[in-house]
Amino acid sequence: MTNPSQAPKPTAKDFASSQEVRWCPGCGDYAIVKAVQRTLADVEAKTENTVFVSGIGCASRLPYYMATYGLHAIHGRAPAIATGIKLANPELDVWVVSGDGDALAIGGNHFIHLVRRNVDVQFLLFNNEVYGLTKGQFSPTSRAGTKSPSSPLGCVENPMSAAQLALGAGAYFVARGVDTAQKQLTKTLTRAYEFTGTAFVEIFQNCIVFNDGAFAGFTDKDKSAEMQIHVEHGQPLLFGNDNAKGLRIRPDALELEVVTIGENGISESDVLVHDETNKALATLLAAMSEPDFPVAMGILYCQSGPTFEVELRKKVKKATSESTKSLADILHQGHTWTVTEDT
Amino acid sequence: MIVTDSPTEIPLNENGRQTLDSAVIRFAGDSGDGMQITGGQFTLATAVALNNLSTFPDYPSEIRAPTGTTFGVSSFQINFGSRVVKTSGDEFDVLVAMNPAALKVELHGLKTGAIILVDTGSFQDRNLHRAGYGSNPLEDDTLSAYRVIALDIAQLTLDAVTPFGLSKKEALRCKNFWALGFIYWMFERDRQPTLDWLKTKFAKRPEIAEANSAALNAGHALAETMEMAEGLYQFSVPRAPDIQPGLYRTVTGAEAMAWGLAVGAKLADLKLVFCSYPITPASPILHTLSHMVEQDIVSFQAEDEIAAVCAAIGASYAGALGVTSSSGPGIALKAEAIGLAVSIEHPLVIINTQRAGPSTGLPTKTEQSDLLQALYGRNGDCPVVVIAARSPSDCFEMAIEACHIATKYMTPVMVLSDGYIGNASEPWLIPDIDALDSFAVDIPTSGEGHDHSERDDETLARPWVIPGTPGLEHRTGGLEKSFETGEISYDPDNHQKMTDVRADKVKGVVRDIEDQTVEVGADSGPLVVVGWGSTYGPINRAVSNLIDEGLSVSHVHVRNIWPMPKNLESLLSGFQRVLVPELNDGQFVKVLRDQFLIDAQALNKVSGQPFKISEIEDAIRAQLEAAQ
Repeated sequence: MTNPSQAPKPTAKDFASSQEVRWCPGCGDYAIVKAVQRTLADVEAKTENTVFVSGIGCASRLPYYMATYGLHAIHGRAPAIATGIKLANPELDVWVVSGDGDALAIGGNHFIHLVRRNVDVQFLLFNNEVYGLTKGQFSPTSRAGTKSPSSPLGCVENPMSAAQLALGAGAYFVARGVDTAQKQLTKTLTRAYEFTGTAFVEIFQNCIVFNDGAFAGFTDKDKSAEMQIHVEHGQPLLFGNDNAKGLRIRPDALELEVVTIGENGISESDVLVHDETNKALATLLAAMSEPDFPVAMGILYCQSGPTFEVELRKKVKKATSESTKSLADILHQGHTWTVTEDT
Repeated sequence: MIVTDSPTEIPLNENGRQTLDSAVIRFAGDSGDGMQITGGQFTLATAVALNNLSTFPDYPSEIRAPTGTTFGVSSFQINFGSRVVKTSGDEFDVLVAMNPAALKVELHGLKTGAIILVDTGSFQDRNLHRAGYGSNPLEDDTLSAYRVIALDIAQLTLDAVTPFGLSKKEALRCKNFWALGFIYWMFERDRQPTLDWLKTKFAKRPEIAEANSAALNAGHALAETMEMAEGLYQFSVPRAPDIQPGLYRTVTGAEAMAWGLAVGAKLADLKLVFCSYPITPASPILHTLSHMVEQDIVSFQAEDEIAAVCAAIGASYAGALGVTSSSGPGIALKAEAIGLAVSIEHPLVIINTQRAGPSTGLPTKTEQSDLLQALYGRNGDCPVVVIAARSPSDCFEMAIEACHIATKYMTPVMVLSDGYIGNASEPWLIPDIDALDSFAVDIPTSGEGHDHSERDDETLARPWVIPGTPGLEHRTGGLEKSFETGEISYDPDNHQKMTDVRADKVKGVVRDIEDQTVEVGADSGPLVVVGWGSTYGPINRAVSNLIDEGLSVSHVHVRNIWPMPKNLESLLSGFQRVLVPELNDGQFVKVLRDQFLIDAQALNKVSGQPFKISEIEDAIRAQLEAAQ
């Protein structure tokens, strides 16, 4: 327990570095870094024990703005570097900051294996559905038809769903948030911080220069109530103005459907209750997209599982404690022979 | 050597055996015939007999190629003797051929008059056809120039192992030990180390251990009692007189490298975090370290080569000794990340067990063609320290040196080994690791009196500031950093300065490098042969042979490829001609020409096979003739 008279509770400012922030004015990243700093203050994190690791891209500049340890590495490789950090020192609190290009294109392999191994880090994916730092090319999350400098006739690829990919790779914690929804984002980041294992948080982030309004369909003030659902463990999956709508499993097929309370004999008791430990439900929630469904926000899935570095350490510790073998013993094991002067 | 112009002149010892000063044996069979194990056991028995030795495992990249085919032949060659042995031998005195394909592939490497032990049980029409023989070479004059011992080893093995109730397939797998027993008798080797090895190896299946032991003994007994031309097949290779007293074992380059890394990390007082991805021929290093977890070693098999090097960098960033290991294609994938380690100035050890390229190349064959990649294969001006091991046991020393330089200078160090060194084994005087000097790194524990960007005046290294240290929180990365503060800097003069500092830091490693010495020959003269890496043996033997003939030639072998020893240029300037033999298309020769503006001449070979001594001797003669 922290005694407030001895150590004053840190503020968000205590986690901000002296570096001048160099994102475009109006970039969603400003809001995210603020939420991250506030979260660290709320949980009373220690700057010296906190490490931010990133790859390349606009999002990946975030470590420079933190008063913690930070490593701005190379494109796509932050998950691998974070894994190495945890292998050397599992006590460090490691945050990986990435974007849709960094995590899902060039670094896709490292991302899925970080998640698969359940390395104990927070993984923040700033999804703006565009390559910002290289000036506007389509990304793996860009919607089909996206026109960009590298797809002037419209992108013919299908976008990938980061949350579904994470679940498929075996993630134990999958959450979503919106850059400007500070209160919810801080709450989600706090849960991510508290979680032991890879806490994957996809943050819808508006790129004001190259993809402005990409998420307006569910983030605009007049749309958010109808087009977002904030899921909470143990609470019914209600959304819409006055919580008039809900989600339930369609009676004749294994899929979700949107129902309106009071219509067709539907009452609140017909609506699914969110169970964040239910992976099948999380998978259905992660797949929901506009315009037929609201976009699910909050903790979609959270289940405890063994973490990579702890399991590895356990094995090393067991082997170390059970063996009295020294390095010299290893050099001497197997067949040896002695040569004397006059053999 | 067994084969001489007049075999009768070979002296007999008191047991009626011909005394030889050296011999070369090649064991060859299908890739499933256990030839590598057979060769490994003969190596052990020969080491125990206190001979000098050098081995060459030569095997296909297919795990089990179709049986009986020439491309599925797996071979193991050993050169051993009472004299100094420096190579695995140019041509062989004895060939053990377990099938027609092995005979077909290896015949060209035999000396005229050499001995061939063949398993006639495998010379049926189907195998002959698969090997591409139109007729049975045992029945025509194909082998007339050799001394052939043709035995139905398959049947003799089946007879020997009958009591152990194995299936026929399992029983036939003991054939290699039968042949080994035969050869043991021929060369007066002690069977006991192999019998002990079988007991340990098949502890869970004692019937297999017993069957193989029985096969070994049966082969030995048959050789002893067989009616053969007297003296002709009984040899004695006396103990080498020049072996330093002490406790020995055999060691492969991969084992020595792994153990050297473990010892190096211990001397640096750091946890070893070894990160690798499976690749031939580098994987044995990963396997060896994975079996050493009780030494508090973290061994991580990453999802790919890039992840492996990045995890090693992450580990170093967090205060461990990060090491990654691969072969050429994998090293290519790691290039960008090595640049990151150069930029953030953190220790990183990279092991490259080179193989024949380009691309996938010949995965199981050796080459030295990654030298330029090691020196220059990264974007930007990106200097790293490069050192090269010359033999299996030298890998131990080189790995320790790499750990020392990487931690002292906060720099990546690449260690070049190759498939030949990695797989080959040699007797090794087990070092007393407790007597080695520690090089523990001074890692700041608080911000007091420390600045993360302040360099050491001598080494130019930045302090190793690790996360978890209060008061030294800072940000670093692949963007250019200010020399003064370590913060991002786009200042033109600063980039010039930082580029210079990175280069000077690596060049400064020269203060920890011993002066270059001459291996054999005079310190100046008409010709010096300059080598690096695994060509040590053949170059040294070739130069020694020609010096014995009265020619004037010297051998210089460079371990420190970059930076080079500070006296190397003046040393080479004392010779009129410089010859650089390499298993590549001419790489180190380019560097020497570039650095020293000398007219160094290349001798190149890229057949996937090591140099023959005669090839180097011929090139030396040609150089000396040209000099006249």
